Amino acid sequence: MADISNNFVGIKSPNPFWLASAPPTDKQYNVERAFKAGWGGVVWKTLGEEGPPVVNVNGPRYGAIWGADRRLLGLNNIELITDRDLFVNLREIKEVKRNWPDRAVIVSIMVPCDEQAWKKILPLVEETEADGIELNFGCPHGMSERGMGSAVGQVPEYIEMVARWCKANTRMPVIVKLTPNITDIRYPARAAKAGGADAVSLINTISSITSVNLDTFSPEPSIDGKGSHGGYCGPAVKPIALNMVAEIARDPETAGLPISGIGGVTTWRDAAEFIALGAGNVQVCTAAMTYGFKIVEEMIAGLEAWMDSKGHRTLDDITGRATGNVTDWQYLNLNYVTKANIDQDLCIKCGRCHIACEDTSHQAITHMVDGARRFEVIEEECVGCNLCVNVCPVEGCITMEPLKAGSLDKRTGKKVKKDYGNWTEHPNNPSRIAAE
Amino acid sequence: MASKPGIIQDGISAGRLSRKEIDRNFFDLHPPLDHHEALVAADRCYFCHDAPCMTACPTSIDIPMFIRQIATGNVKGSAKTIFDQNILGGMCARVCPTETLCEQVCVRETAEGKPVKIGELQRYATDHAMHQGIQFYKRAKASGKKIAVVGAGPAGLACAHRLAMHGHAVTLLEGRKKPGGLNEFGIAAYKTVDGFAQAEVDYVTAIGGIDIQYGKKLGQQIHLADLAQKYDAVFLGMGLSGVNALGLKGKEPDGVEDAVDFIAELRQAKDKSKIPVGRRVVVIGGGMTAIDCAIQAKLLGAEDVTICYRRGQEQMNASEYEQELATSKGVTIRHWLQPAKLRSKGGRITGIELEYTRLAKGKLEGTGEKLKLEADQVFRAIGQKLTPKHLNGSGAGITLEKGRIKVDGEGRTSMKGVWAGGDCTNSGEDLTVTAVAQGRDAAESIHRALSA
Ligand SMILES: Cc1cc2nc3c(=O)[nH]c(=O)nc-3n(C[C@H](O)[C@H](O)[C@H](O)COP(=O)(O)OP(=O)(O)OC[C@H]3O[C@@H](n4cnc5c(N)ncnc54)[C@H](O)[C@@H]3O)c2cc1C
Ligand SMILES: Cc1cc2nc3c(=O)[nH]c(=O)nc-3n(C[C@H](O)[C@H](O)[C@H](O)COP(=O)(O)O)c2cc1C
Ligand code: SF4
Ligand code: SF4
Ligand code: SF4
Repeated sequence: MADISNNFVGIKSPNPFWLASAPPTDKQYNVERAFKAGWGGVVWKTLGEEGPPVVNVNGPRYGAIWGADRRLLGLNNIELITDRDLFVNLREIKEVKRNWPDRAVIVSIMVPCDEQAWKKILPLVEETEADGIELNFGCPHGMSERGMGSAVGQVPEYIEMVARWCKANTRMPVIVKLTPNITDIRYPARAAKAGGADAVSLINTISSITSVNLDTFSPEPSIDGKGSHGGYCGPAVKPIALNMVAEIARDPETAGLPISGIGGVTTWRDAAEFIALGAGNVQVCTAAMTYGFKIVEEMIAGLEAWMDSKGHRTLDDITGRATGNVTDWQYLNLNYVTKANIDQDLCIKCGRCHIACEDTSHQAITHMVDGARRFEVIEEECVGCNLCVNVCPVEGCITMEPLKAGSLDKRTGKKVKKDYGNWTEHPNNPSRIAAE
Repeated sequence: MASKPGIIQDGISAGRLSRKEIDRNFFDLHPPLDHHEALVAADRCYFCHDAPCMTACPTSIDIPMFIRQIATGNVKGSAKTIFDQNILGGMCARVCPTETLCEQVCVRETAEGKPVKIGELQRYATDHAMHQGIQFYKRAKASGKKIAVVGAGPAGLACAHRLAMHGHAVTLLEGRKKPGGLNEFGIAAYKTVDGFAQAEVDYVTAIGGIDIQYGKKLGQQIHLADLAQKYDAVFLGMGLSGVNALGLKGKEPDGVEDAVDFIAELRQAKDKSKIPVGRRVVVIGGGMTAIDCAIQAKLLGAEDVTICYRRGQEQMNASEYEQELATSKGVTIRHWLQPAKLRSKGGRITGIELEYTRLAKGKLEGTGEKLKLEADQVFRAIGQKLTPKHLNGSGAGITLEKGRIKVDGEGRTSMKGVWAGGDCTNSGEDLTVTAVAQGRDAAESIHRALSA
């Protein structure tokens, strides 16, 4: 049986599933329930400075978008960091760590951008015997207006500076949590590394407005007729998070920097994908908030079963296995030719592939054949774009079949080349590199 | 249902069950979807291209569009999408055998054997608009043309509504004292509860420009030749008023009745527990009428109800779903049996002798072997027919085909200026939705002819 125990920058946990810093990790009560359910670790809800805690709104905090069957696809929130007293949190963290020595307990921190503030809080956290700290440079609302959270995370120099202060003032491993609300995620990651951080975690939530109430013309969630942008998370953000993880993993300047992958992890599959792209473990928030802590059982069992079926023994066997396959567009093989193929036995004749291709793409799928409703790919027109595959409601009904080298591409009338050839050498490329 | 003295009492009698039990038995077959159920059901629609369901609907309702409108919260717009094609979309939503129409070909039936609940969603949307009395159509400027529509059933109503939309003045001549046709007198009670048929007639005629006159029977009070002369066009939608006989020798004893009369009486009853029904009931036939008659006899408290059909299960006109509904209510369906002899005592039916049948070289024949069933009530449900004398006895001849009025693709009869649609014609299935489609299309054809 596969061993999914996790060692992330020296922090050990029985599995790679941590709860991200958020409401599920705001109290001892929740965290102990999570550990009972099987979670490998938690990143405690972000702590602020000593003194009167922040206050949250007393109206709705969440907005959402849904898919079919009102399945939650994306959640947005305007919650702040913990609104409980610092010392209450610290006492609970200490107790939890003592009760659950085999689980990872990381403490998320956000204090103002001056060294004294960090110097003051770090020993207090260290005293809890927590396994590490995570610097919250990600929160896009409420805290950034106070010069914290993503206001810091959007300025690489600040990230580097704060990371360095932390490394200088604590023995605990330092994870820097990155905000996605930035054009190129590699810059803050490089800054974290330069500051000596042990790892980065990403993504935090994405600035968003989920919807507008058309009766009151206020954004949702609306508080007394007004709304504010919130932070977006859940399944909808996974593709953005995966890309950002991959960007950092394959950036030569940050290669090897441990990554804790966050954003839309809902099933074991999502977790495996993050890990394959280079994450050392994953953190989960929305999925737990949607379905409760029990989902971790599915994640654990699914990951183990998949690893067993593929013969992967430990997480090291899969970590980063997909990173090398992420490349720039210009290096993709232009001599690789695929055609859509419809399995007529699986086809339920909904016609979506046809109308998608007919109206918006390449007119490559029939609607009628010999007077009967039938959907077939017209190879002469098919550019292999994959749109039909994605709009077809039946999984596996349309597949993209690669043409063998030497066979005829009926669209171009040319034989499929067997060698690799990319844009950099393509004759149509004005700045091509000469083949010689 | 526990056996009660009321059930095992011989003969034909009322009150076999209490009114409370009967009211429960005749409750809405498919109670309306609530908001949540409608959203869940609507979510399942794939918004197919050139949707098969739409092709299968005789009135060609844009089903993917109306379902999408429900899903996006535009329920009123959804109702309009339906009514644009089918002004009796409310009744059709309740009575269409969707399992052989739209839902049969739904791609989700193909995919997982569970079609999108098109009929129930259609009811959700149309109920929404009708409960609020939202009217979507106005009459066009008066055209000055007068049209006589004979019969206020689905065909006549759909035709009248479309003609009124085009600004024509419609006189709707109905032989009975009430409108609705079989919607009011024929459809099973549990499919259209709470006086829906009449409410729908009011909703449809609210457009204005439709003058309904009751007690005007073609061939009696009114005559086709006169109508053809007085009006710019005539539409015949009088359904089938005759009933096929069993064709057995001798005088029929008491207790042998027409299923349609029984159903009509039931539909009109304020208190169904007052409707008499036999202890042992035999229904002869294999269509919707036979099924509806048998189920409702059972629901009234008949102890034993048997449908006898002279061919096999596959040949039954009633859909598989309807057959299952009947058997689930405790009705027995027997095949390959034709009536041979009615047995009676003192002028009252006591039983029926049936002969087994088989197909020999594609022809049905009796095998000679007999079966005797006890019965204190026997219903004929072997088909309705046109009463041609209403036509030919009242004016110039109209060509019939297989006993029904012959029409072309637009509903034109052989007689100039006379159109026809619905059950009285020899085209399409005998269904409410088909009658609506034919009435509507004839109205368009009339409008084209009068505007030319
Ligand atoms: C028992 C039974 C159950 C059925 N169940 C269903 C079902 O569940 N689903 C379904 O889709 N279909 C069902 N049908 C079929 C459906 O009811 C008919 O196909 C439909 O009503 C035909 O409409 P129509 O307008 O042509 O005729 P009708 O509904 O018969 O209407 C004809 C109208 O014309 C009037 N009329 C008749 N003769 C004259 C005359 N000489 N002069 C003036 N007026 C006249 C009648 O009084 C009536 O109002 C059922 C039929 C029966 C008998
Ligand atoms: C209500 C809510 C509050 C959050 N609060 C914090 C926080 O205090 N500190 C932090 O670092 N991230 C916070 N997050 C972000 C999550 O830790 C996580 O990065 C994000 O939700 C993406 O993961 P997911 O898609 O699994 O939810 C919060 C998220 C939510 C939904
Ligand atoms: S989208 Fe898929 S199921 Fe629908 S017609 Fe095309 S191939 Fe068939
Ligand atoms: S009218 Fe009848 S057949 Fe047509 S869509 Fe509605 S329920 Fe289906
Ligand atoms: S066939 Fe079914 S899924 Fe397709 S449009 Fe019609 S109702 Fe929707």
